[in-house]
Amino acid sequence: MSSHAATAGHIDHHHDATTSTGIPNKKLFMWAFLASDCMFFGSLIATHLIYRLHPPAGSPDPRDLFSIELTSGSTFILLMSSLLMALAVNAIQKGNVATTRKMLLGTIIFGLIFLGGQVYEFNHFVKVGGLTLSNSVFGSTFYTLTGTHGTHVAIGVLWLVLMYIRTFKPTDDSNGQGWIAKGALHFLAFAGAVVVGMYTLLALVHAYEEGHGLAYYFSHHFISFGGTIALIGALIWFARSPGPVDFGEANAIDVESMGLYWHFVDIVWIVIFPVVYLLEYIVLP
Amino acid sequence: MDQSLTKSDFIGHDDHAPAAKRSWMFARPDHKTGIVSWLTTVDHKRIGFLYGITALFFFLVGGAEALMIRTQLAVPNNTFISAQTYNEMFTMHATTMIFLAVMPLSAAFFNYIMPLQIGARDVAFPRLNGFAFWVFLAGAIILNVGFFHKAGLPDVGWFGYAPMTAKAFSSEFVGDNSTDLWVMGLQVLGVSSVVGSLNFLVTIINMRAPGLTMMRLPVFTWMTLFTAFLIVLSFPAITIALVEVMMDRNFGTNFFEVSGGGLPILWQHLFWVFGHPEVYILILPAMGIISEILPCFSRKPLFGYPIVVFSGAVIGFLGFGVWSHHMFTTGMGTVATAAFSMATMTIAVPTGVKIFNWIGTLWKGHLMMRTPMMFALGFVWMFMTGGMSGIMHSAAPADAQQQDSYFIVAHFHYVLIGGSIFALLAGIHYWFPLMFGRKVSEKAGKWSFWIIFVGFNLTFFPMHFLGLNGMPRRTFTYDGNMGWTSANQLATLGSYILGIGIAYYFIVMIYTYFKGEKVGRDPWDGRTLEWSIPNPPPAHNFDVTPTVHARDAFWYEKTHQAEIAAEKAKKAAEDEAHGGIHMPSNSWFPFITAAGMLIGSLCFAFHYIPGAIVGLGITFFGAWMWSVEGPGGYHLHPTKSDGDASSASH
Repeated sequence: MSSHAATAGHIDHHHDATTSTGIPNKKLFMWAFLASDCMFFGSLIATHLIYRLHPPAGSPDPRDLFSIELTSGSTFILLMSSLLMALAVNAIQKGNVATTRKMLLGTIIFGLIFLGGQVYEFNHFVKVGGLTLSNSVFGSTFYTLTGTHGTHVAIGVLWLVLMYIRTFKPTDDSNGQGWIAKGALHFLAFAGAVVVGMYTLLALVHAYEEGHGLAYYFSHHFISFGGTIALIGALIWFARSPGPVDFGEANAIDVESMGLYWHFVDIVWIVIFPVVYLLEYIVLP
Repeated sequence: MDQSLTKSDFIGHDDHAPAAKRSWMFARPDHKTGIVSWLTTVDHKRIGFLYGITALFFFLVGGAEALMIRTQLAVPNNTFISAQTYNEMFTMHATTMIFLAVMPLSAAFFNYIMPLQIGARDVAFPRLNGFAFWVFLAGAIILNVGFFHKAGLPDVGWFGYAPMTAKAFSSEFVGDNSTDLWVMGLQVLGVSSVVGSLNFLVTIINMRAPGLTMMRLPVFTWMTLFTAFLIVLSFPAITIALVEVMMDRNFGTNFFEVSGGGLPILWQHLFWVFGHPEVYILILPAMGIISEILPCFSRKPLFGYPIVVFSGAVIGFLGFGVWSHHMFTTGMGTVATAAFSMATMTIAVPTGVKIFNWIGTLWKGHLMMRTPMMFALGFVWMFMTGGMSGIMHSAAPADAQQQDSYFIVAHFHYVLIGGSIFALLAGIHYWFPLMFGRKVSEKAGKWSFWIIFVGFNLTFFPMHFLGLNGMPRRTFTYDGNMGWTSANQLATLGSYILGIGIAYYFIVMIYTYFKGEKVGRDPWDGRTLEWSIPNPPPAHNFDVTPTVHARDAFWYEKTHQAEIAAEKAKKAAEDEAHGGIHMPSNSWFPFITAAGMLIGSLCFAFHYIPGAIVGLGITFFGAWMWSVEGPGGYHLHPTKSDGDASSASH
């Protein structure tokens, strides 16, 4: 529990007496931004639909490429990350920093699993399916639409990481400097763990697909495997309890604004998933 | 700017983390004067001033480009500039005037005037406001880099129609990267516009003074709100279209490449879904300015205030339903053509309603024919003329004849210069005394009005006939026996007069800034809150946040002085009990984040990927530091003692 929460007393997160409407500025900003983002994804989805409904001759059939089982799985993971995000918002509104941290970390990991699925999928479609950005309009619209969504997820993950690290800001670090430097190290360890971890994971998938087996995998990738373990260890070390922290109910609106963004990105995927993966528009000549 | 700040103001104090203990990298800049204070400013008035100066600079650049176009067309078979240079000039003239002159000049007024009109101390997100300006400047630099680089200026027209933007067409000339610069520059400008508009939206909805209900908002603030809505909802469409062009050019996609199965017409739809609301983005702020000036100089409240507001809302709404009237000749089919024809005729109704409201305001008013009023009256007349020819285009069969002729050029210059620019020039005259405490001499102001007015009409009225006689727009030269010579010569003569008028206007403004007649607060006997504060405005705007009791709040204050004074004294005591006025601290990170975007986008346009990655890194670093820096802030005590009006302490 933060010391702020102990002194600040009751904070009403849905009503801000200093604004004309009672809605906090950050929340209103986020809603307006999401309205803008609706038009952004709307334009992309429209582009995709136009080319799906009127495919040029010789277009590839997406049904030959997609693995609905895999994408359904990662869709489920993404939707569950929204649940964790909602629990994080709920926890911070009660000033429960420990639970907030756990839920934020869970959201980050679920977001990364979704991104990992997308990286695997893109790689698979290019290498096995022969679908590239440039060899058909279907490829152009598919990679642009799902890639833009992936970019949104990635930005969301970075933001979540930033918020997660902010939950460690100590109350007594009056100049803020030591904490910022430590936060930067924390972030670097995290970024390293993601990159190296993703690499080792994909190497494992690759070894499995090629039929090389575990012994081959460990002998060829022991450096990156060890690095992943070390970086995860560093993350756990950074995540140890630092004493009283300057993060509490007062930050609830920050977490909530971020949650709105995260839910929106998930909801957009609920539109993209059926439009791109499930509906069978294509009538090949 | 901010001359009223005294040394004692500098003793700002960061509430959240004492500045003294921090090392340079994390220190908050607390400069109040000098270059650093301008780079790190979060004061909406200073940011508004930066927008205004930059916009006026690009207004002159765009004007010079227009004069080159007119000089080339002065005589048949002219060889003053090459066809390639001509293409660059009309592309850059339109892009500059729309994105780098009219929109940011409107943004200057949104920044400077709107928070004052709603009784706010600043916008909702002060650092984001600074960021929006620096990103705008980055986009402007990217668009104009071709002046100094062999890549050349963009030459694809401001519509950027596919397939002219395709790789195959741009490598034909020297300027292989010029289209990349255009694409990146517009995307960066889009970020600036959307971020700035979100900020204004939240500010107007959430930061109004107590008692300032929506139906008491000054009309200029209303039009700011509608403009912000339009920008927030229309810019994503062009961003996507630009992203798709960028990918076509750089990553081999086929969005608009016919050979790869792409549809060039898709570009037109995405472009005009943005492009038509854009014309209302350009005119709504102008309508807001006019709705402030006409009542002030007619000594009457605005006639039919609710109708003016609702018609603005209807224009904003219908603005999204008329985009395909730019595409009547693309063969959309009869149903679509009829529907968009009707929608276009319908949108003229709320626009015409506004003109009747302005005439109603003038009716039986005690008109004071000052310079801002002259420009405002010129606006009403010329905007009406431009509106008339607009109605003519809405009929699809007529449009089929007029499309891409000089008739269209005449039409949109009547609404964009006769409309937007005249209103913005009126606004500069009107609010100049508020910003700088000096007033333009009436004699010089009226001379500049008449020269600009005559020059403008002489330039663009003949273009109606040029268009009806079949002269196409964007044509580089013409033959002497086409019958277009005399009208072109008249237009070129007019454009020189217009240029002289604008130059004279600028000289008058610069003279007035240094030597003009000094005036006190409220020289026009204004009606809205921005006139109630000292002149020039202090950093904290209002010593006491005003309480609003009626529409035209300052007018009400003037007629109820005793009770307002008592109310203010009570509120000042309350403020002091709460620790004084909280002001936001300056910050480096909006500037750094925007600089990263400039470096990254510029390097990407030149296909220098390491530089693009470095730029992206700087952007992320700036955003990260921005986030952990916190809002900061310090306290002012403007009403603590009689002698020292704004001492700071904590």
